[in-house]
Amino acid sequence: MSTNFRIERSELGGAVVLALDGFLDAHTAPQFENAISSEAEAGHLHLIADCRKLSYISSAGLGVFMSFIEEIREKGGDIKLSGIEPKVYQVFEVLGFHELFDIVDNVEAAGALFDQGSRRKD
Amino acid sequence: MRCSTKARGGRISAVAQFEKSFTLQVPSSTQNLALIREFVSAIGAQAGFDEKDVMRLQLAVDEACANVIEHAYDLEATHEVTIRALIDDDLIRFEIVDQGKGFDPARIEEQNLDALIRDRRSGGLGLRLIRSIMDDVQYQIVPGEKNELRMMKRLKKHTA
Repeated sequence: MSTNFRIERSELGGAVVLALDGFLDAHTAPQFENAISSEAEAGHLHLIADCRKLSYISSAGLGVFMSFIEEIREKGGDIKLSGIEPKVYQVFEVLGFHELFDIVDNVEAAGALFDQGSRRKD
Repeated sequence: MRCSTKARGGRISAVAQFEKSFTLQVPSSTQNLALIREFVSAIGAQAGFDEKDVMRLQLAVDEACANVIEHAYDLEATHEVTIRALIDDDLIRFEIVDQGKGFDPARIEEQNLDALIRDRRSGGLGLRLIRSIMDDVQYQIVPGEKNELRMMKRLKKHTA
């Protein structure tokens, strides 16, 4: 059954990488919300969501990104997304969310954007 | 959980027309969203939708059921959500039925995307997704009695 969702945390340079694995829906979104909330509270504002193993996302998952992005950007940080599979990416497209976030091919590219201090999308 | 299937067949001129209906009834817990998606996936594939469209169908039904669980039933897992799927020749219909609070679709539809994002717990984002994915969406809301969301997608329509 497709209920599994896991988050693995690692660091890349000065950024925190949250590798999302599985199905991010209304059932599992609170887990992701807690993870981002913990990072934000700890002052870790350069966040990379590694979506290579993300199989599914619904509006509950998108809502987690949206609920933190404003606060994190106001404090000089950002959430960048990497490695989204096409079938998952289409969900971002349907709502126009791909216009709001930097979405790159891999975590290294996301880390490089942080290193350059650049943000392509506000 | 109750899961049943039935099929009706008939003939019009020389062309056989089949209409298949499937019903899944689950307790109103978000834990069952995965089961609901598996149900939709199997039926979508049987109806002839490709992988990309099957995932869109999964998303539309997931969003509808998540809204029922979170808003109509206030996350109380003691109720039931019924998902009926009907495969016709060139389209698929889903009907999501609950006996919860109901809502006013017009209020949600008036909100723009920014407002929906700010008020992300309203369920409005999910409805926006459903409307983007499906070809037709209808509501019949009788709060506390029976709420029904009916949505349809044509097989031949491949949206970008």
